[in-house]
Amino acid sequence: MAAEPVGQHSAGDAAAVCVACRAGRVDDDGYCENCGHAQPRERDHMEQECGPLAAVSDRGLRHHRNEDAFGVGTTALPDGSPASVAIVCDGVSSATRPDEASAAASRAASESLLAALPRGTHPQQAMHDAIIAASDAVNALADAPDPAAREQDPHQNAPACTIVGAVVTQGLLVVGWVGDSRAYWVPVDRSAPAARLTEDDSWAAQMVAAGLMGEAEAYADHRAHAITGWLGADAYELEPHTASFKPDRPGVVVVCTDGLWNYAESADDMAEVVPADAAVRPLHGARVLVGHALDGGGHDNVTVALVPFPAVPQGAGSA
Amino acid sequence: MAIFSKPNVPQFSVDVYQNEYLPEGGSEVNAIVTVTATGGGTIGSALTAPHVYSPGEGPSAAVVLMVDCSGSMDYPPTKMRNARDATAAAIDALRDGVHFAVVGGTHVAKEVYPGAGELAVADAATRDQAKEALRKLSAGGGTAIGTWLRLADRLLASADVAIRHGILLTDGRNEHESPEDLKVALDSCAGRFTCDARGVGTDWEVKEVTGIASALLGTADIVADPSGLAADFTQMMETAMGKEVADVSLRLWTPVGTAVKFVKQVAPTVEELTGRRTETGPRAGDYPLGSWGDESRDYHVCVEVPPAGIGREMLAARLSLVIAQPDGSVQNLGAQGLVRAVWTDDMAASTAIHPQVAHYTGQAELAHAIQEGLDLRKAGDIDGATAKLGRAVQLASASGNADTAKLLAKVVDVVDAATGTVRLKAKVEEADEMTLETRSTKTVRVKK
Repeated sequence: MAAEPVGQHSAGDAAAVCVACRAGRVDDDGYCENCGHAQPRERDHMEQECGPLAAVSDRGLRHHRNEDAFGVGTTALPDGSPASVAIVCDGVSSATRPDEASAAASRAASESLLAALPRGTHPQQAMHDAIIAASDAVNALADAPDPAAREQDPHQNAPACTIVGAVVTQGLLVVGWVGDSRAYWVPVDRSAPAARLTEDDSWAAQMVAAGLMGEAEAYADHRAHAITGWLGADAYELEPHTASFKPDRPGVVVVCTDGLWNYAESADDMAEVVPADAAVRPLHGARVLVGHALDGGGHDNVTVALVPFPAVPQGAGSA
Repeated sequence: MAIFSKPNVPQFSVDVYQNEYLPEGGSEVNAIVTVTATGGGTIGSALTAPHVYSPGEGPSAAVVLMVDCSGSMDYPPTKMRNARDATAAAIDALRDGVHFAVVGGTHVAKEVYPGAGELAVADAATRDQAKEALRKLSAGGGTAIGTWLRLADRLLASADVAIRHGILLTDGRNEHESPEDLKVALDSCAGRFTCDARGVGTDWEVKEVTGIASALLGTADIVADPSGLAADFTQMMETAMGKEVADVSLRLWTPVGTAVKFVKQVAPTVEELTGRRTETGPRAGDYPLGSWGDESRDYHVCVEVPPAGIGREMLAARLSLVIAQPDGSVQNLGAQGLVRAVWTDDMAASTAIHPQVAHYTGQAELAHAIQEGLDLRKAGDIDGATAKLGRAVQLASASGNADTAKLLAKVVDVVDAATGTVRLKAKVEEADEMTLETRSTKTVRVKK
């Protein structure tokens, strides 16, 4: 919402006052007419609470825009039992329009899940299909290129992003992913072990999996974060990973980009920073986790969704 | 035939080329700004600009031809004859309806045609009368160019026209007035009309002729062989007849806390504009770009901004084009360009220099190296001259500026262009040295 202009400026166009210098008004291009600073964009910081789950995304301290995106929602299975859905995507910065890629993928995947689950599609199959839908959405961006960008550099690669998602029902926890965005399981009772639920499509993970390097050595390498799987037109072979779990106790699923897990890599470290009441106050918990990443330096965009398990019936679930 | 009650102007576009990424603490923002005007008959343009003028038509214009008639023009006598022929050729290139006059210049300025402080209107009859009047031109007297320019200014001001232009020919040094007198005359004429200047032969001062063209936003060149004058005059007049809009300015807005380090034209020639700013409002200033036909020019803008934190973005400069109106207001031509600054910790992004910026930084250094090298050579500093001209050869070769490389090769023996290894030639034709100096500011655009 635009604030009221201050001072003697002509009324009529309610241009906002600059957040940087608090003196100038913001012009049509989004820059301050006094100090020139760009104004915060809608995506710089996003929060959403949706029934029992919540997500927070932040630009971080070092990047000039937020290329992460998320989608959250709740629905009901055919038997009327509740289901929660969270999708988190991280735009690939070395590709063009990463912010559009992550937005398109998270929207397509969450819409796909929220449509398929009430129809009775098995959550794991629904997750697989949702990742395909997200991939299609990102590919479609490449087909409809921004003409200006194309003209400047016709060889620029097509938009790309990672994806990680979780579906939580009363008895089942399904995760799916492509890339190096992750899902963690953190039980409410912290005496039980926490766990990482995803395996990165990354150079380091491949080195460790192939037994060529130890984990410490692989993650110390400068190639560690090079991803080997992603959504987008340059991905020649899409391999959606999905996994299904039946947790035997209540907990919370942490669905996040590397902007968070870089500051809490192991499952134990993640459990350490997830507030004890995260399952009942997910928005607060997500804010705390984003704050943890920013305190650590905020070198990347940070996005986290918290999905409590099991899903509990809500007064109203959005379809 | 379409009749425009109010003349339109061509469509202008502004394109900005820059690397907006700065490292932590970085404060210098560089951008190359391409200004393009289309609409006066250019075919195949992406813009849907209507043709402003029908063929054979044009904006109202006035041109004064200033021809050196000092005594030296008779040595050799072919010089005066060639100047007369060249002026006649230029008169033939005048479009019907254009106001014009011919001024003979010595230590005073004399109206050759039509006289009585008036301008003639070009048609078959007046063109013949003017050429007839040229026969009266005879050499004798000194050289005081400031007086020629002042007379041209008075004559041009008498017509209510859109385009005012002068063409000035000299063969000698401005000996009969002080450099200060010329400067005062140039200052009083600047912004009132544009002027191309030509030096014929080799007895004139390069810096005087280039200084006149620079101050009056025209071109300068050498016509070492007087027999080449007619073709050059015809071409200059055709260019002048192609102008559609005068007094265009580049308006530069910068936010609080920033400083404009420089603004210069870098193509087709290097022309410093920094000191020619006119303040036009809070943190805004106008730089004169002269008159425009269908053409494209490049400018290098360098702005110092206060460093901001990693991840921050700001507008370092906003560029637009304006035309000053007689009533003091301005007409904004609509096109605008944004120069941005974004601080990042991505070293690969922040250390990259935009190819356009790198290219034109090299072209500006090339012009400077030639001028310095020639000055040092005249002062007898052989080592200094060799170093500067060697650097110039290296820059000309690396950037593909073949014309300048060719001119340099007439002044130095090139041992290795890639490393800039050269030897000064023992004997250099004066015309070659003057040509190099006069054309040192010519640039080429980025190699594709």
